[in-house]
Amino acid sequence: MADEVVLLDLWASMFGMRVRIALAEKGIKYEYKEEDLKNKSPLLLQMNPIHKKIPVLIHNGKPVCESLIIVQYIDEVWKDKSPLLPSHPYQRAQARFWADFVDKKVYDVSRKLWTTKGEEKEAAKKEFFETYKILEGELGDKPYFGGETFGYVDLAFVTFYSWFYVVETFGEFSIEAECPKIIAWAKRCLQKETVAKTLPDQKKVYEFIRQMRGE
Amino acid sequence: MRPWIALNIKSVNYEFLEETFGSKSQLLLQSNPVHKKIPVLIHVDKPIPESLIIVQYIDELWSSSPSILASDPYDHAIERFWAAYTDEKWFPALRGLRVAQEDEERKALKGPVIEGIVLLEEAFGKCSKGKAFFGGDQIGLIDIAFGCCLGWLKVTEKLSRVKLLDEEKTPGLVKWAERFCADGAVKGVMPETEKLVEFSKVLLAKLSGAPTKK
Repeated sequence: MADEVVLLDLWASMFGMRVRIALAEKGIKYEYKEEDLKNKSPLLLQMNPIHKKIPVLIHNGKPVCESLIIVQYIDEVWKDKSPLLPSHPYQRAQARFWADFVDKKVYDVSRKLWTTKGEEKEAAKKEFFETYKILEGELGDKPYFGGETFGYVDLAFVTFYSWFYVVETFGEFSIEAECPKIIAWAKRCLQKETVAKTLPDQKKVYEFIRQMRGE
Repeated sequence: MRPWIALNIKSVNYEFLEETFGSKSQLLLQSNPVHKKIPVLIHVDKPIPESLIIVQYIDELWSSSPSILASDPYDHAIERFWAAYTDEKWFPALRGLRVAQEDEERKALKGPVIEGIVLLEEAFGKCSKGKAFFGGDQIGLIDIAFGCCLGWLKVTEKLSRVKLLDEEKTPGLVKWAERFCADGAVKGVMPETEKLVEFSKVLLAKLSGAPTKK
């Protein structure tokens, strides 16, 4: 029986993009349903009643929520192609730690740059660069966070690249000036077809945020 | 507590190093330079921080039974969802209620904590499928994730004068809590409520800058 895979998502969501890259890496065919977050569909509310958020993967009628949980699920179900997590338990623990770090820190610190002003914004800028320097340190001289090949942590973080123009414009800084290795790494990831085809244009994302702010 | 229970379940020998509250050791700062928090598991000189990541590591490395995580990927995803919900939504709400000083504040903060427990009661019904634990016959990831909050739940019930686990509203969880605390892997790990109440008062005093009462 063929698998039925549906993804409830928003094109600009860096969390949804993670799932799209994972599905593309595994060559999985799926139905994409765009959600309007101001008017959430009954399907979304039924499939994710607790958080009411995208992305939600619906596999043969059963929902999986939270982007990193979905990515791990995809990796476990379609385990014969393009593994996303490493195989050794220690490396897996490291990968989970860094993806969790991206989740806990990167979104919040980025968001503060377009939602705060004055002193709060200056503090957010400082925190942003502290966070990115930690990630740059972890990347080191490796081509990818996963080592020689693109992996789970790369997937968790690279989707934020599509928001870099938003962050740089509102933050009034250049990420490349402070964290050149991060930019070099992101461009390396973009050479992968699955990443290049998934990540939207940075300027489109910027227009989206401006619309959301009513500008 | 979570890695402790996982190591007990797998019958792994370990050395327990107690950190002093208020003063972090060099070993801790070296092993977890990013968050500087406990717990940290150090296995053959390699550090692993974050309790749920440690539990998954223990389960994957010592893969002989009993298994902690479900083998089916969908059940696995559900376990991770509820463990994350406990950590990211419910436990911070519980903490907020516990540190609230005024009755009005407590009234407002009580709602989300109780709603969360009712959701966990429903999850228990679905995941346990009539068996003893969220994990079925054996303790699983959600049992460990939520079970380790029971000590603080009891402290909050005492300090905030609210009933959180209730025979009427959450009968499944009431019985589950007794079974969890009585399990061989958990007994001896779970601190006594009175000790936690005292520790909570020390924490609150530190937060408010007041001298500790004896």
